[in-house]
Amino acid sequence: MKVTVDLDKCSDHGQCVFAAPDVFALNSRGELTFRDVAKGTYVSGELDEDLRDSIEEAIDVCPMQAIEIED
Amino acid sequence: MPNASNRDRGLTSLERSRVVVVGASLAGLRSVDSILRAGYSGEVILIGDERHPPYNRPPLSKEALSSSEGFDAIKLRSSTKPDSYKMILGVGARALQLEEKTVILEDDTLIEFDGLVVATGLRSRALAIPKPKNGIFSLRSFDDLEAIKGALIRAGMRIAIIGAGFIGAELAGTLTNLGHMVTIVAPEEVLMQRPLGNVLGGAIGRHHRERGVELCLGRLPLEIESGSDGFTLYCDDGTIIRADLVIEAIGSIPNVEWMQQNGLDLGNGVLCDETLRFGHGGANFAVGDVARFPNLAFDEVPRRIEHWGIAVDSGRYLGKAMVSLLTSGTIPTSFKPMPAFWSDQFDLRIQSFGIPGLVVDPSQIRILEGDIDTEVAMGYFQEETMVGVVLIGLGQSHMKYRDEVEKSLKSR
Repeated sequence: MKVTVDLDKCSDHGQCVFAAPDVFALNSRGELTFRDVAKGTYVSGELDEDLRDSIEEAIDVCPMQAIEIED
Repeated sequence: MPNASNRDRGLTSLERSRVVVVGASLAGLRSVDSILRAGYSGEVILIGDERHPPYNRPPLSKEALSSSEGFDAIKLRSSTKPDSYKMILGVGARALQLEEKTVILEDDTLIEFDGLVVATGLRSRALAIPKPKNGIFSLRSFDDLEAIKGALIRAGMRIAIIGAGFIGAELAGTLTNLGHMVTIVAPEEVLMQRPLGNVLGGAIGRHHRERGVELCLGRLPLEIESGSDGFTLYCDDGTIIRADLVIEAIGSIPNVEWMQQNGLDLGNGVLCDETLRFGHGGANFAVGDVARFPNLAFDEVPRRIEHWGIAVDSGRYLGKAMVSLLTSGTIPTSFKPMPAFWSDQFDLRIQSFGIPGLVVDPSQIRILEGDIDTEVAMGYFQEETMVGVVLIGLGQSHMKYRDEVEKSLKSR
């Protein structure tokens, strides 16, 4: 399982950080840390299946609907 | 059919049961998601009066208005497989017969249920003043957005927005950025007065003014006339405003009329208990904007909370509550969400946690950090308890202040 974030849609609300703190974080400027390593679309490495519930929660609570799971 | 005499049956016995979710909204979709995620094995039907599948409404006043992207850009994502439930679109519910456990649709279809979820949300309120029948818009649905976009036929149009709430203020920002000349007219003295208070509302208003929005506050249109040169708004203080386009953004009304005749308290939404349950003993719940419920994290007063986040949280809560009630007759936990909302206006990101609107005494609203005219954190206090925080900017501090509101509420 991988997680993708559309960084053009994302506007750094940080709701995903509350839902899945093991996957998402904000940097000191209040931006999603994935912005430090990617542009356009961020694609994660292979993630542990245990994280699925919290990532699904992050998908639900993202105001911009910018997160997806890739199986 | 599950009932009080049948409380010991497990999830598998629900196979022949049915949950009906009325309202193909954000709260409705998240309810479907959570019911199925909780292991419900019966049939789930989602009913919506709009012809569109569930979509995200906050972008309507912002990104979706300024971009040329179509419906797909705002269609809601869901972890639920589309074939695991049934969706009926373009037909609303006409009546509820709670005792008989049936919903009657506008086309007279009768649907029986074992569990009911009401997610019918709100509709725009219209000003009850003399005004032309056509050409005055409101914004609640995707079709409303398409109508407004269709009316924006050239640059530099004069647009009058009636209402100083979040939707009016967001629309003003987006339409100004698109090159139109926007006037906000409303009876309040500042923008977003009721939810944010005078100090913050005033500061946000200055921000709007600096970017070219005209604020005609403290007055109310009494009549709108349409003529060859567009619309004329006559206000109660003698002000006359001319516009090519008028948008009403004066709040909304809960969609509950279809539930009448059941002895329910439907004054300002569906009155629920602290588990979002209503009615006389059945598995009936309301979620999202339409639910009026006590949030025991704050007090016992039932309130409707018109936040995107509450629609999500109540829908997510619903699944376990519904399945637990249908299988064991009990609901394990009450619904105690941390209300949170955001609003983007020009380059301002406004973010709120808790219920700042509970505090009306200006001496109980204090600056925690920053400067009111740039980036600021405002704390809203009931005695020693911080019941809300509103941030302008300060994106890196969201987590900290959300935690502080949570801690403060827990320790009182």
